[in-house]
Amino acid sequence: MAIHDDLAGACSHLRGAGPGDAVDGVDPQWVVSPSTTAETAEVMRICARHDLAVVTRGHGTKLSWGRPPTRVDIILETTRMNQVVEHVAGDLVVVAQAGLRITDLEEHLGRADQHLSLDQPAAGATLGGTVATATSGPRRMGTGSVRDLIIGITMVRADGVVAKAGGKVVKNVAGYDLAKLLTGSFGTLAVITQVAFRLHHRPLSSRWVHRSVTDVQAARATVARVLHSQVAPVALEVDWPLDGPGRVAVLIEGAPAGIDERAHGVAALLGGDTETADDGPPWRAVYPWTADEVALKLTTQLSSVPDLLSDARRHGVAVRGSAGTGVLYGALPGDVDAGTAGKAVTALRNACVATGGSLTVLDAPADLKAGLDLWGEVHGLALMHQVKDQFDPGHRLSPGRFVGGI
Amino acid sequence: MPSLEDVSLRADVAAVVARLRTTLPAGALITDHNELRTYECDGLTSYRSIPALAVLASSAEQVRAVVAACAAERVPFVARGSGTGLSGGALPHADGVLLLMSQLRTVHEIAPQDQRAVLDPGVINLQVTKSAADSGYYFAPDPSSQQICSVGGNVAENSGGAHCLKYGFTTNHVLSIDLVTPEGEKVQLGTRAPDAPGYDLLGVVVGSEGTLGVATSVTVRLVRAPEEVRTLLAGFSSIDDAGAATSAIIGAGIVPAAIEMMDALAIEAAEAAVHCGYPDGAAAVLVIELDGPADEVAHEYLAVEQLCRENHAFEFRVAAEAAERALIWKGRKSAFAAVGRISPDYIVQDGVIPRTTLAQVLRSIEELAGDSGVRVANVFHAGDGNLHPLVLFDASQPGQSEHAERLSGAILDLCITNGGSITGEHGVGVDKAKYMPRMFTDDDLDTMQLVRCAFDPDYLANPGKIYPTPRLCGERPRVHVSDEPPALGDVELF
Repeated sequence: MAIHDDLAGACSHLRGAGPGDAVDGVDPQWVVSPSTTAETAEVMRICARHDLAVVTRGHGTKLSWGRPPTRVDIILETTRMNQVVEHVAGDLVVVAQAGLRITDLEEHLGRADQHLSLDQPAAGATLGGTVATATSGPRRMGTGSVRDLIIGITMVRADGVVAKAGGKVVKNVAGYDLAKLLTGSFGTLAVITQVAFRLHHRPLSSRWVHRSVTDVQAARATVARVLHSQVAPVALEVDWPLDGPGRVAVLIEGAPAGIDERAHGVAALLGGDTETADDGPPWRAVYPWTADEVALKLTTQLSSVPDLLSDARRHGVAVRGSAGTGVLYGALPGDVDAGTAGKAVTALRNACVATGGSLTVLDAPADLKAGLDLWGEVHGLALMHQVKDQFDPGHRLSPGRFVGGI
Repeated sequence: MPSLEDVSLRADVAAVVARLRTTLPAGALITDHNELRTYECDGLTSYRSIPALAVLASSAEQVRAVVAACAAERVPFVARGSGTGLSGGALPHADGVLLLMSQLRTVHEIAPQDQRAVLDPGVINLQVTKSAADSGYYFAPDPSSQQICSVGGNVAENSGGAHCLKYGFTTNHVLSIDLVTPEGEKVQLGTRAPDAPGYDLLGVVVGSEGTLGVATSVTVRLVRAPEEVRTLLAGFSSIDDAGAATSAIIGAGIVPAAIEMMDALAIEAAEAAVHCGYPDGAAAVLVIELDGPADEVAHEYLAVEQLCRENHAFEFRVAAEAAERALIWKGRKSAFAAVGRISPDYIVQDGVIPRTTLAQVLRSIEELAGDSGVRVANVFHAGDGNLHPLVLFDASQPGQSEHAERLSGAILDLCITNGGSITGEHGVGVDKAKYMPRMFTDDDLDTMQLVRCAFDPDYLANPGKIYPTPRLCGERPRVHVSDEPPALGDVELF
């Protein structure tokens, strides 16, 4: 009971893990929910002393992404760290704890007519989880992805040391940008406890203009016209289901006085029968998969997005995402056999890699996931192992969940 | 061609020369003292150090060979692009190799269909935009030195520029680099598309000031040229009014491409140097640029004009044509050099403050300057709070250098205590390493060192920059930070 007592001494919010706490099928022993960075540090020091493996969890919306961990002793839950630490509206910057839900942050920022310009493809996601998985949505075309918006970070290392990087000003090149290093690191380098973001004003007005396209050639021409136009789209999205017509959608934002004129211009660019609305089509910023499907992230150079649409359909993968940045999400039915899934992943990955991108299997039913290569060849993997060994020499943070067995 | 018997070379540097003799052409290895002296400093001339050897690389493979030779012999190396840096980031190491990247200047690909360009590291920043202009695209990062600075240098420093307020910094525009690691391995970081799998090592390497390796190829994002650009000039009778106008514009939800401010002394200098026609008698001017769809710009223009007038702008004008626009920008972009005409010496600072503290910090700087009898000209990116106070002095007058140096430090302290940063775009380099412990704790700095140890365990890549007293890799965390100057070999201070 020494471990339990030590943990309880560090953090009063400690409980034994239940069946709902499994990480992709792997059962932890305890769930601990610290309220502050200092408390997190104390917990991490105890985990270090007792060689405990730790998986960090927010609201668990993406907890099964990646490989199942090789071991888990502790779930470190960030959800009690859910406060806005500082929001100076005039600076368009917010500092908040990692366990804060994006929706709660948005409510807070909305009072100042501001927002964090990230979409929320995973409903209920926390700031920390969004950073750790680097999830972005349609607006990344206009205002960047998580890595572009994060300006500061506070972390607790595997050894319990608290460190920060960046700051709370938008422009800052002092020291290494560890916020970017931790963005998309899946909890394998440190526990993120606090983040600072650059904010944007809520748009004075916005319009979504969209149309259906019957074939890839039409999609290619439509997407290219918008991409190389001067309408300054904030998002250029495409939805390509397994059969039937696809859709192309464009988001513009700006002053109410000119927005309808501009929307007409976008409609003319899109051609065909367009619809214009204040709100986007229901499929935008929503992942295309259901819980029992194989979830893919596919990237490619911009000119090859249309080719990828047809490749995906040929391999039974429905895709949607940002044609404006070359980042798409795909769903492969979960009831295919392992051989079919493997072939589709390999073929589509080859297509992505040949056009300057990559394919990641984000998630899949357990039996399929075990047989799939989730990341393909990862450039710089040797350096990544060296970074991991420096930050977490005992390999206790989300062990085995990330690329190359990290 | 130097010989192994060259008695002036240290044994380890001679061994590097011996290793490179077969891979590099005669003339690429520079050991002549007078020639080496050409490279003794970068854009920050107050630090000088002559390298033991300079190597003029003309291919990525040669860069790799040089770094591998340095790694094998444990000789420190520093990469240098155009040498325009303002923090001494490319200051040579007296016992090491200076890797000259300026001959690697091929634009390999301009791909408007993918909004990408693939570049050698020595390509000049402005050349990228010139190469893409015909297809209606440009490269957004635009440091004031863009006519001469290199893309590789931009990557090392994470360079900004006037337009990063809207478009972001170099790090937001680099998709992929080929990196020669400090151990001499070639590795691709990132892909032509965003979000490459694995850790975002690219995000750490960009802005790491040459301490994590040397980029030999850079893939950047090209941005579609806007439909409309309007450049505005507003004159104010006080700095407070100009600052208030800036806040009002940002507060109205407008994101201009740029908002730059200059104070009376900076205006006087620019006027004398380039006759930019700024308003007579202004205590401050704002250079504001709006770009985007024509309808949107037209609306923003009206709003900006109203906000400037509400904040007591006594003159407000828009550049009628390209030449006038160029002249407005010339005044701003030549400001540093222009200050050289009104003062024999000056220190450029690069601190950042939260925009809301602008007026208060500028008043504090004025007070500090008054107290120490040193003049300060202010030129800065008002939109994002990145100050460039130019501390003027005459080094030939006893005590003035010390006064100026002390005032500079006090200004950085002001930035830190107001929640800002010691550098927004020039980098820490050798110049501001001593201020890092004021902004970061030992634990913060040691954590950054973990990355260094993963990339460069032997501490050979641009040692002595950014971090004042880095702990050695594998060493236990230190308990004390000294104020000793960084280890750079024999550096002369001017």
